[in-house]
Amino acid sequence: MTIYSIYVINKAGGLIYRQDFQTRDVPLSANDVIVLAGMFHGLHAITARLSPEPKSKGMEVMVADTFRLHCFHTVTGTKFVVLADPAQTTLDHILKKLYELYADYVLKNPFYSLEMPIRCELFEKQLTKYIDYVEANQRNYAAGAR
Amino acid sequence: MTVYNLYIFDRKGNALYYTEWSRKKKPDVSQDEEFKLMYGMLFSIKAFVNKISPTPPKDGFYFYKTDTYKLNYYETPTGLKFVLNTDPKCGDMRDVLFQIYSEIYVEHVVKNPLCRQHEPITSELFSSKLDAFVRTFKEF
Repeated sequence: MTIYSIYVINKAGGLIYRQDFQTRDVPLSANDVIVLAGMFHGLHAITARLSPEPKSKGMEVMVADTFRLHCFHTVTGTKFVVLADPAQTTLDHILKKLYELYADYVLKNPFYSLEMPIRCELFEKQLTKYIDYVEANQRNYAAGAR
Repeated sequence: MTVYNLYIFDRKGNALYYTEWSRKKKPDVSQDEEFKLMYGMLFSIKAFVNKISPTPPKDGFYFYKTDTYKLNYYETPTGLKFVLNTDPKCGDMRDVLFQIYSEIYVEHVVKNPLCRQHEPITSELFSSKLDAFVRTFKEF
């Protein structure tokens, strides 16, 4: 189970946090990622609109042959996006923990303004610590989470 | 396992075929607008997947899931796009989509001298074969 990257998108579609955990073959520039975040924000809205069933919320999982993308859309409009390898079946525990860390280290930070890029050292530190822990205990953690 | 609807697009973006089996929500735009929106979305998803993928993708985008539906996608090497909306608990539908392409589309549309390229499919044989095939999967 490899987590490639984590992105946080604010309710306007702007990228407010980006962290890569694996080096890519072709690195994405900062601009590229901002464009992709905006694109994803739009796609998420269209998927909710094109639903054949009523009251659809927007895409939560996207799978391709080389990656798997999970998105947690909060009621306030913030999107937490995790990019992982396609063998993963569930990333809910990571999304949940990510939301928890965001609430604790970003929102409760008095110097942080809402919807602005996240520059909270403690958030990054805790997130990296958590992802390292998850990667190190892959099998044990996956069994425990179930 | 419920199948909601199916779209077929050609490589130029023309909607060749659309059929629905159960659709509770009426689209809030006209059908033409909906086809354009669907095709535009698929095109954007393809570009998005190509860019964000850590390694260059071979097959591309497979499906996406929301809380109410799952959109299964299959694109042939000639640019023909098959889109099947099912309930979210549905399993892997790529084989089904490939079967729809190889056994129903190729047999009854490509090999039909009256069906012209880039034009909507009007063959009744195709419609009935497709309907019969999908109904073997549907459970009401």
